[in-house]
Amino acid sequence: MSPTPSRSTSGLAIETAGLVKTFGETRAVDGVDLAVPAGTVYGVLGPNGAGKTTTVKMLATLLRPDGGEAHVFGHDVVREADEVRGRVSLTGQYASVDEDLTGLENLILLGRLLGHHKKAARVRAGQLLEAFGLTDAAGKQVKHYSGGMRRRIDIAASILNTPDLLFLDEPTTGLDPRSRNQVWDIVRAVVAQGTTVLLTTQYLDEADQLASRIAVIDRGKVIAEGTKGELKASVGAGSVHLRLRDPARRPEAERVLRLALDTDVQQEPDPVALTARLSGAGDSAAEQASRALAELARAGITVDNFSLGQPSLDEVFLALTGHDTHEVPDAKEEAAA
Amino acid sequence: MSTATTTEAKDLAPVSAESLAALLVAGERPPRPSALSASLTFGWRAILKIKHVPEQLFDVTAFPIMMVLMYTYLFGGALAGSPKEYIQFLLPGILVMSVVMITMYTGVSVNTDIEKGVFDRFRSLPIWRPSTMVGYLLGDALRYTIASIVMLVVGMIIGYRPDGGVGGVLAGIALLVAFSFAFSWIWTMFGLMLRTEKSVMGVSMMVIFPLTFLSNVFVDPKTMPGWLQAFVNNSPITHLSSAVRGLMAGDWPADEIAWSLGWAGLFVLVFGPITMRLYNRK
Repeated sequence: MSPTPSRSTSGLAIETAGLVKTFGETRAVDGVDLAVPAGTVYGVLGPNGAGKTTTVKMLATLLRPDGGEAHVFGHDVVREADEVRGRVSLTGQYASVDEDLTGLENLILLGRLLGHHKKAARVRAGQLLEAFGLTDAAGKQVKHYSGGMRRRIDIAASILNTPDLLFLDEPTTGLDPRSRNQVWDIVRAVVAQGTTVLLTTQYLDEADQLASRIAVIDRGKVIAEGTKGELKASVGAGSVHLRLRDPARRPEAERVLRLALDTDVQQEPDPVALTARLSGAGDSAAEQASRALAELARAGITVDNFSLGQPSLDEVFLALTGHDTHEVPDAKEEAAA
Repeated sequence: MSTATTTEAKDLAPVSAESLAALLVAGERPPRPSALSASLTFGWRAILKIKHVPEQLFDVTAFPIMMVLMYTYLFGGALAGSPKEYIQFLLPGILVMSVVMITMYTGVSVNTDIEKGVFDRFRSLPIWRPSTMVGYLLGDALRYTIASIVMLVVGMIIGYRPDGGVGGVLAGIALLVAFSFAFSWIWTMFGLMLRTEKSVMGVSMMVIFPLTFLSNVFVDPKTMPGWLQAFVNNSPITHLSSAVRGLMAGDWPADEIAWSLGWAGLFVLVFGPITMRLYNRK
């Protein structure tokens, strides 16, 4: 990613220390420390209910923290909420636009609320609709928009005043792959102009595609933080899936793979399929996979089909916490581990 | 140019990275809007919603017509000898009653709106905090005005003749709308406080029915038992309907006007801050 002009003197867009938010008995956010460099995309990765949205809401001044501190461009989110509001913009998990109004009306409304005069607001709204490919839908109520269009109008509304910091809370959840790619393109364009983006996501590949640093959150705590490379090294580079021609040779193939890759090999329910986890350190996933294939060929085992899988969020969580994203063991005891 | 945008050009135009970049750089931030300007913008939003969903005017058109006709012919003969005579007394009162009843929809719309994502955006904007709520009330003021005009027209068709003329009628409506604007802060409070639309409706009914019926809208309180008179004579609705009745009849009931405005001020002072506290805490 090209270097981008920083708008903060300290170089940090967000800085939190021991941020806590409780809802009744639940500690939704339980001591989160974040340091987000200005001018970058920072990924917050975690399953549903991990505390991502709650964290974003506190940073966007929508929720008052119960403990700890958070600063956005050096401004305290509680004491200087108004300062913070002037510099950030939020695209929530659910459409943050008025569904009863048209796309054009929504953008004019926002433009007026951000201080533009009537005419300027209208001009700006038109330009945004054009840039986001929504000119044809300008006069339609947002409730009739497709998922991808909603996301676009939502992000258009968020960048109306070119915020210094943009919160994108699960921007691609529920989108088809094509719309997801388009959202990614938009995020890249936004950050290229110097806006810092805090992106929450449930998808590892999304964080991988966009973010330069990633924090993994689970049950209100940051369980891992670092660059993509660092994170991957701790998780493993994914897995290789193989389908053999002859099911009878599977035990042999399993042995060959285990030796070649020095890793666990799993027999799938399908009698010809095998899955091997790849190590995150050392050789790249592709190098490891080609070594595995070469060894199998030498042993005379025919491989019909082969694919390389990215580590899933489940695998990340398994590696980092010892539990997957779905099981929720008793929080209190586990938290100490 | 962005990638992966060739196949979907049919249904959705591609995002243009260049124009997006140009827009982001061009963005010179204007100064923040004034409190008035932000409130008016939210009022505009409320009017746009009426434009898109005109059915929501049902409660300010059909309901008031029903109220006028129903009570005039139901009570007219028994209470004043004939509906024609009764409407002279009833119309300003039923106007007050109906409009004050309609105010409770404010709570419902705040409650349904607050759950939506757009509210998070509004709350994260650097604007005068109460403007969102004031916007609702401004939009609703328009609805109250429509309801008043509808009822007046129906009343005049069946025989109501305001001695105060155009001036008196306009003054009466202005007072009623101003009072309703202030009174609605109760509903914004409930709209933010209660969890569901149904509970907002339920609580609103509990407040609005006794408050509007226990007043001098239908009959002179003199025939009521003493304890009830004490309540009715001090009710804000009684003061308001006396004031509106007086204004429309061509008088200048200064005391009643002062009482009505005093109550209005009290509602804003008490329920405005509670509303804003809930709004900031939501």
